[in-house]
Amino acid sequence: MDKFNEGLAKRKAIYKLYPQAIPSGYAIDAEKCRLLGDGKKCEVCAKLCPSDAIDFEQKEQLLNLEVGSVILATGFKTFDPRQFEAYAYASQPNVITSMEFERLLSAGGPTAGHVERPSDLALREEIVKAEKGLKKLDRQLKQLEKKHGKPTAEVVEQFKAGAEDEDYKSWASLAEKFAASDGKLAALKEKEAASHAPRKIAWLQCVGSRDINRCDNAYCSGVCCMYAIKEAVIAREHAKDGLETAIFFMDMRTYGKEFDQYYNRAKESGVRFIRCRVHTIDPVAGSDNLKIRYATEDGRAETEEFDMVVLSVGLESPPGAAELAEKLGIDLDHYRFARTASFAPVNTSVPGIYACGALQGPKDIPYSVMEASAAAGAAGSRLAGARHTLVKEKTFPEERDISAEPARIGVFVCNCGVNIGGVVRVPEVAEYAKTLPNVTYVQENLFSCSQDALEQLVEVIKEQNLNRVVVSACSPRTHEPLFQETLRNSSLNKYLFEQANIRDQCSWVHSSDPDAATEKAKDLVRMAVSRASLIEPLPVPSAPVTPAALVVGGGVAGMVCGLNLAQQGFKVHIVEEKEHLGGHALKLKKTWKGEGVPEFVSKLVDDVTGHDNIEVHLNAKVKEASGFIGNFKTAITLNGGGDVREVEHGVTVLATGAHSIKPDEYLYGKNDRVFRWHELDKAWESDQVKNAGSAVFIQCVGSREPERPHCSKICCTFSVQKAVELKKRNPDIDVYILYRDMRTYGEREDLYKEARALGVIFIRYDLENKPVVRETEGGTLEVTVMDHVLQRPITLKPDFITLATAIYTRGIEELAQIFKVSISQDNFFLEAHMKLRPVDFATDGIFVCGMAHYPKPIEESIAQAEAAAARAATILAQKYVEIEPIVSVVDQDLCIGCGLCETSCPFGAIRLEKIPGKGYRAENISAVCKGCGSCAAACPQKAIDMQHFRDRQIFAAIQAGGARG
Amino acid sequence: MSEPFEPKILAFLCNWCAYAGADLAGVSRLQYPPAIRVIRVMCSGRVDPLYIVNGLKSGFDSVFVSG
Repeated sequence: MDKFNEGLAKRKAIYKLYPQAIPSGYAIDAEKCRLLGDGKKCEVCAKLCPSDAIDFEQKEQLLNLEVGSVILATGFKTFDPRQFEAYAYASQPNVITSMEFERLLSAGGPTAGHVERPSDLALREEIVKAEKGLKKLDRQLKQLEKKHGKPTAEVVEQFKAGAEDEDYKSWASLAEKFAASDGKLAALKEKEAASHAPRKIAWLQCVGSRDINRCDNAYCSGVCCMYAIKEAVIAREHAKDGLETAIFFMDMRTYGKEFDQYYNRAKESGVRFIRCRVHTIDPVAGSDNLKIRYATEDGRAETEEFDMVVLSVGLESPPGAAELAEKLGIDLDHYRFARTASFAPVNTSVPGIYACGALQGPKDIPYSVMEASAAAGAAGSRLAGARHTLVKEKTFPEERDISAEPARIGVFVCNCGVNIGGVVRVPEVAEYAKTLPNVTYVQENLFSCSQDALEQLVEVIKEQNLNRVVVSACSPRTHEPLFQETLRNSSLNKYLFEQANIRDQCSWVHSSDPDAATEKAKDLVRMAVSRASLIEPLPVPSAPVTPAALVVGGGVAGMVCGLNLAQQGFKVHIVEEKEHLGGHALKLKKTWKGEGVPEFVSKLVDDVTGHDNIEVHLNAKVKEASGFIGNFKTAITLNGGGDVREVEHGVTVLATGAHSIKPDEYLYGKNDRVFRWHELDKAWESDQVKNAGSAVFIQCVGSREPERPHCSKICCTFSVQKAVELKKRNPDIDVYILYRDMRTYGEREDLYKEARALGVIFIRYDLENKPVVRETEGGTLEVTVMDHVLQRPITLKPDFITLATAIYTRGIEELAQIFKVSISQDNFFLEAHMKLRPVDFATDGIFVCGMAHYPKPIEESIAQAEAAAARAATILAQKYVEIEPIVSVVDQDLCIGCGLCETSCPFGAIRLEKIPGKGYRAENISAVCKGCGSCAAACPQKAIDMQHFRDRQIFAAIQAGGARG
Repeated sequence: MSEPFEPKILAFLCNWCAYAGADLAGVSRLQYPPAIRVIRVMCSGRVDPLYIVNGLKSGFDSVFVSG
């Protein structure tokens, strides 16, 4: 069974965990191995392995490591629905988990990305088995026929007629078995012919989450709504012919950055969303289909048939978490997740031990990655004193000057095991390479990237006096740096290397056509050789790093980030618009876990202002910025514009926060008993709130509407938390929360549960049927809302109303312009990659954290701030940054100063400078240039060229490629 | 003239997106006709119109720019 493919496929006893496994090595499954498992003679693998890499003696080893801190990132396990009959998972083949569905959708999965029903996969396997059995019987019958020189039919006749020969008896029974198997196979094939790819798939949400009835988990797993939508959308895209998809859910919790927009697009594209909890899944006799029975929101009973049902299983504490916690002495919470505090979100209860990812609570990829950086930063900051003490610096031999030498190219053609050699005729390509101009040496390799091949490459370059190297193998995107380093080890400049991609873009994609693939490989080698003849050594310049950070924004995120960097020994400038530090956190009282915010913030402000490495600029704004990673220069206006101070820094962190809107609906601003969030906290001790008999919260005020489609994420938890606090202070108060989807994600679900237990009443409303607030003639407030259960409007008479108003950013466009960073559709700062680089901007050396990135609770802001500090420290800890020399070069004699290059450059890396007597001429700013080459393509004078991608180098490749054979 | 026409296509692929996509097609073993010859550029913005003309002049039947 292939565990990676969720048991949907089989694998051999020698296997790689999954195609992209790191290390990319094979292992022997000791249980299934004939030798290790069964004790039988075999060792075939050892005989066949050309590298003698098989070691049957390998044993588990116990390693003792001395470390300064420990990071726990053991992840989660998914809920196992087998234990509950209601989900029909164990009994029905076509009820599968979302993890299994992921594998079905994957191009590298058991069905190569075509969604098929497990019952059909099983059927096909059965057919293969039946065919094998039938063939065996057929062989046996044929042998008998040959032996006796008689056809089987005759023997059967004779036997039926009463022949009593023992031999004939077994022969005839064999014939009978054959007929039966043949019939069975025909029936199976008939069934297969009638089978089809699923036309209708249902997803059931909250399987193993938000359920306390059946010993499931009470918390929300936080990620399933989003992945179910993704699975439905991708399945529909892949199926093309109108696959029907339906998602059965309770609350749609798409609270992340741009998630709600994705949800809206899914709805528009035809994914059905049905709000209910399915109570029964029944098999449909004779078809492997499933019937789902559910109750609609208005109480009607419905039944619907599906080809396949996907259970959106939740996340659980991983196996072994309890044992690990006990060994290390760290605390787990009541759901067996590692306990962390809001103000130290990656610290466990033991100093020096950190936890990140789903081990400390269910969460999605971006937040896990953020926490990972935060944990690395926390560990790094603890170990700052020991930095560089265990590092061995790598040195390279001096570069050889090849400027006077004619090109001597070595071509290395890789087999990549069978990956290339199994399709492309590598010896033929190698022979062909010998005929190409300037090629003085050609070699075939089994694996060009193996350690021994690389060592040999260093020697060959020296022996053959090569000054250009072409490796014809996999993709330069993955392996170019490795080969370039090898060149440097051999005294060659790393830019004297060229790679022809004959695996990823040839053998792997033309596997059924070896002739054409071989021809294409020859073309690609010829193109690479032509280009290689003209490539030049390039110096790799480096620039010293200014070990200082500029943090824009003095709220919690900015302060945490700045303090962390300061503690690591770097100089920090914090720029704050207001006259004081603290930001919106100053208005908060408690986190949802009940920790006091004012105490935390005041200590943080003290720590920041008291730290020798931190300079706080209050009443200050960023005016302009220039420079590049490691070397920024920013002008700050102080005291409301009077003074300007220039600051030099190596990194920039934008932590400018966000605001809540002032709505012009629900009588806000017209009636003093209609509050926004923090206004409730402010009025908390007033008689109006204290003596109130009834309170209403309205959610999604200005969020998730066409004008502002994003979810503000923190409002549900806030309102529920406040409702609980109100109820606890005065159990007699009536509290109503009017909501659209209750998004108390993760363990925040506990609060929602508590609120319901305390008697808080939740009324769901639709965007089409928003609550109406009015002031009666007597001056009291009146709220009318359509009750989703009663299906009729009800009227509430609250003493005050709290509006959960949308979170938005203000004025970030100006900063985005100054620092050349992007902004998302929702007008939040846009990171380099939403999943994998959640705190980096695409522009090197600039980072983001806090609400300016997206609305988030304080613990997430702190984690992101720590993550930004960690990412920034990786730059500040270096003495120099290497600057990529693939940049534009201007021939100022050819330049006519037209300025097309300046307008075409997206990075501000080329500008016109005034040259006395000549007018304007273009000038490149190498450190800012990203090497895209837009300027070179735009230049009408051909006065601009790109290093390493020069016109003549590209022309050489084009012409070599165009020539036939 | 009896042989079917097999076009030869020159492709300029951006290192950061389309070239990565072509690699991914390989990793995913998606099969496509062996007609294209790829030149990797750091950005499709690098592709000078002259490259396209030069490609057609050099013997390619068409040119594909992706980025």
